[in-house]
Amino acid sequence: MAKILVFTELNGEHAKGVALEILGKLNGHNVDCVCIGKTPKTAIEEMAKNGASNVFSLQSTGLQNYSAEGYAAALKEIIQKNNYDYVFAGSTSVGKDLFPRLAGTLNCGMASEVTNFLFEGDKFLGTRPLFAGKCYAKVEILGPKPHFVTVRPNALGMNAAAKAGTGAATDVSVNVGDIKAIVKEVVKGASEKLDLTEANIIVSGGRAMKNAENFKILNELADVIGATVGASRAAVDSGFAPHSMQVGQTGKTVSPALYIACGISGAIQHLAGMRTSKVIVAINTDPDAPIFTKADYGIVGDLFQIVPLLTAEFKNLLLK
Amino acid sequence: MLNFELTQEQKEIKEMALKFAKQEMQPKATEHDQSAKFPIDIFKKAWELGLLNTCIPSEFGGNGFSVVDGTLITECLAYGCMGMNTSIMSNDLALLPIVIGGSKEQKEKFLRPFTESYKIASFCLTEPSNGSDAAGIKTLIKETPDGYIINGEKMWITNAGFADLFVVYCTIDPKLKHKGICAVVIEKGTPGIEIGKAEKKMGHRCSDTRGLRFNNVKIAKNHLLGNLGDGWKIAMKTLDHSRPLIASSAIGGAQCAYEHSIKYAKERIQFDVPIARHQAIQFMIANMAMKIEAARLLTQRAAWMLDHGIKNTEFASMAKAFAADSCMEITTDAVQIFGGYGYSVEYPVEKLMRDAKLIQIYEGTSQIQRMVVAREVLS
Amino acid sequence: MNIFVCIKQVPDTETKVTPNSSGTYIETNSIKWIMNPYDEFAVEQSLLIKAAKPEANVTVIRVGGSKDTEALRTAMAMGADEAILIEASDNLDSYMTAKALKGAIEKTGKKPDLILTGKQAIDDDCLQVPQLLAQMLGLPSVSVVVGFELAGNDLTLRREIEGGTIEIYKLQSPCLVACNKGLNTPRYASLPGIMKAKKKPLTTYKLSDVGVADADMRIKYSAFSLPPEKPAGKKMDAMDAAKQNEVVKKVVGLLRTEAKVI
Repeated sequence: MAKILVFTELNGEHAKGVALEILGKLNGHNVDCVCIGKTPKTAIEEMAKNGASNVFSLQSTGLQNYSAEGYAAALKEIIQKNNYDYVFAGSTSVGKDLFPRLAGTLNCGMASEVTNFLFEGDKFLGTRPLFAGKCYAKVEILGPKPHFVTVRPNALGMNAAAKAGTGAATDVSVNVGDIKAIVKEVVKGASEKLDLTEANIIVSGGRAMKNAENFKILNELADVIGATVGASRAAVDSGFAPHSMQVGQTGKTVSPALYIACGISGAIQHLAGMRTSKVIVAINTDPDAPIFTKADYGIVGDLFQIVPLLTAEFKNLLLK
Repeated sequence: MLNFELTQEQKEIKEMALKFAKQEMQPKATEHDQSAKFPIDIFKKAWELGLLNTCIPSEFGGNGFSVVDGTLITECLAYGCMGMNTSIMSNDLALLPIVIGGSKEQKEKFLRPFTESYKIASFCLTEPSNGSDAAGIKTLIKETPDGYIINGEKMWITNAGFADLFVVYCTIDPKLKHKGICAVVIEKGTPGIEIGKAEKKMGHRCSDTRGLRFNNVKIAKNHLLGNLGDGWKIAMKTLDHSRPLIASSAIGGAQCAYEHSIKYAKERIQFDVPIARHQAIQFMIANMAMKIEAARLLTQRAAWMLDHGIKNTEFASMAKAFAADSCMEITTDAVQIFGGYGYSVEYPVEKLMRDAKLIQIYEGTSQIQRMVVAREVLS
Repeated sequence: MNIFVCIKQVPDTETKVTPNSSGTYIETNSIKWIMNPYDEFAVEQSLLIKAAKPEANVTVIRVGGSKDTEALRTAMAMGADEAILIEASDNLDSYMTAKALKGAIEKTGKKPDLILTGKQAIDDDCLQVPQLLAQMLGLPSVSVVVGFELAGNDLTLRREIEGGTIEIYKLQSPCLVACNKGLNTPRYASLPGIMKAKKKPLTTYKLSDVGVADADMRIKYSAFSLPPEKPAGKKMDAMDAAKQNEVVKKVVGLLRTEAKVI
């Protein structure tokens, strides 16, 4: 049984889903959670329910805004104090930026973006996609402990049978020292929806969308089913959508439960970025488009006719 | 010594030119084919990157490319769009007579400006009644005390509507045939140049093609390349250099059609399998591969000979005819592989087929090339 | 001003990836290598700074196989002043790579004012080297940068996070900036640039020259494999307007009853 710390990010009152997925998967180990700042009661309960023994809330001046340096210094203190064997986090914007620096401060190894893992005794064995999911490999971490792991959101899934932990909440005062790079201002993105990398449902448009305005019909569909809208590289390169919406090898790698590809032919670099989606629906006029080889449900048809019908039909179904 | 490997530098040149073709030319090819609009912004960008005027020697501000380097660049640009490449390559064709027949002062005067900003040149040989029979041209040159006067008409002149400089072939007297031919440089704005309307063409639609008239156009003495009567010699040497370039453009177009065919054949399902699994399609694709490789080797040999000071007339013509004919066959088969979709303007291959046809015609038809080969072989 | 740009050479995005026979990495024999696309933004950013500050010196560094040096040559043809290659396998782990880069930067004797990298390499997708390198050099870093302003030593950087939200950082050089698509438009290497690059210095080191040993290995991969092929899905024809309603109803129904995702 390994001694493990899970860095948990908060989303309002709640713990981010990926941290709970990790907790559920780690059931049976000795697992603590750590948050930055005050941790809301709801979040503590969620962590406890999924198996957290302790929930530490780190507090210091200089932690009000995110900084890799500040967060790393704070986490380093608690990691060294409690001698963890492993430290986990979700592969989110913060996790991706923070964890390499944190691992570096301790000269320790880190496995990025694993999609599954198991423990052989106390030894971590991970699986992760490489080349944007064109292939997978097993990954082991070598060298001094603790070992660091980031896990891709939505990859593990929640553990419905997770055994609850005590969830003892403790505030811990830390000293993060001098910080050079710190967030001064945040400009909210247009979308209030979940990021593509965390979204459960994605509706994506390709070059066949013809222009930026036509993305309106995808937004309408997305609103009905609670999806985030994405785009292919061709659509982004043609100026129909910003790069933050790009799915694929030079965009975001996603694994939602449902991916609806509209007018996307399925270039190899796009398929690489979305092939791990659990269910794929493709709409394309070309019956030979490569996207259909990956689709669970393929509709050979014109997206401008099919998408509004889908929106109406989903509305119909979900209102029942 | 036989070596088929490009140098590191040549690989990088090719890589860069192909990247430009794929990112800047190919995405705009259909649009410009349909609108027949001269894509001057793309040409300017190509000039900034050093893709134009590959024939200008480094002592006059050029990049000092070999003929082989020039063929590599041309092949890539034609891969992006055969029509755009025609307008780009046309500069080389027009400047080559100056490189070959001009004095040091003339090269400095006429070539260097092309390395300092984007300029366009036109090569004016063909006339309404003289195409393949180039030595029969009728445009007249008359010597005056302070220069020359040019009178006559030219036809199918690439870039004519945009040209800063015209290299014009004319004759002292049509009866002298080859011996009377002269090459002169006429600058834009010289009084008496009358530019015709743009021709509507089957392919290479974005390249500018027009007729031209010279009405008592006066030029100074230093605008004559070489001496009176040196024109034919200069023209023939120009063709030895330009034909490998034209052949490369055919290979670039063929390569593009070939790649489209492979991709489509792997995707298109008929009789429950990708059509690439059917032997009929495989044979067409294998033929494409063979022709492209053979044409490329022949072309690079013709270019290599010139780089090594070996007379290449026979090989330049073999390369031009073989590459142009192969390009026509390959693009035609590409349309065949695409079937009904291939015949639709929604798919890229029908344009390639239309573009291919011109390469069998301009710069010496495939038949003229065979005459040259036969003459060299039988002499 | 000393600018270091760290780049990687990766298989072209069009590459069909095949695991090698021992499963230790992918088959690399027939791969076309390109500069990691995100690194192009880093190179371009260094050249934009150099255009404004002609005294700036741009050194581009790469850790990887020595068979092809195209990515480094391309960077020099674009305008970088010199290059350093640290010979290693193409799949060296992030920790060793960062340590090698640190060693090479220190070996130049030049104090880095700015280190630029791509936000991630599109082969191993680890996103570790920029932050590790900054940490090892004791520098601050900002990743996924889509906006960059430099005035004197003051930097204003825009970092993109979830949902297109932007975090604005203000900090001072020296620091490390990991660049994202959208930051700039990378220039082409011009043909005169390619010719000039031939004469620019390219220094080569071995890992041991820059202080990296086998004991620094932190990650071990095995069992490279292709993702499992999905069984063929259902394809329905709805080109005909009459069939559209029926097909849409069927798909929505299947998403609920068969796939259970709605």
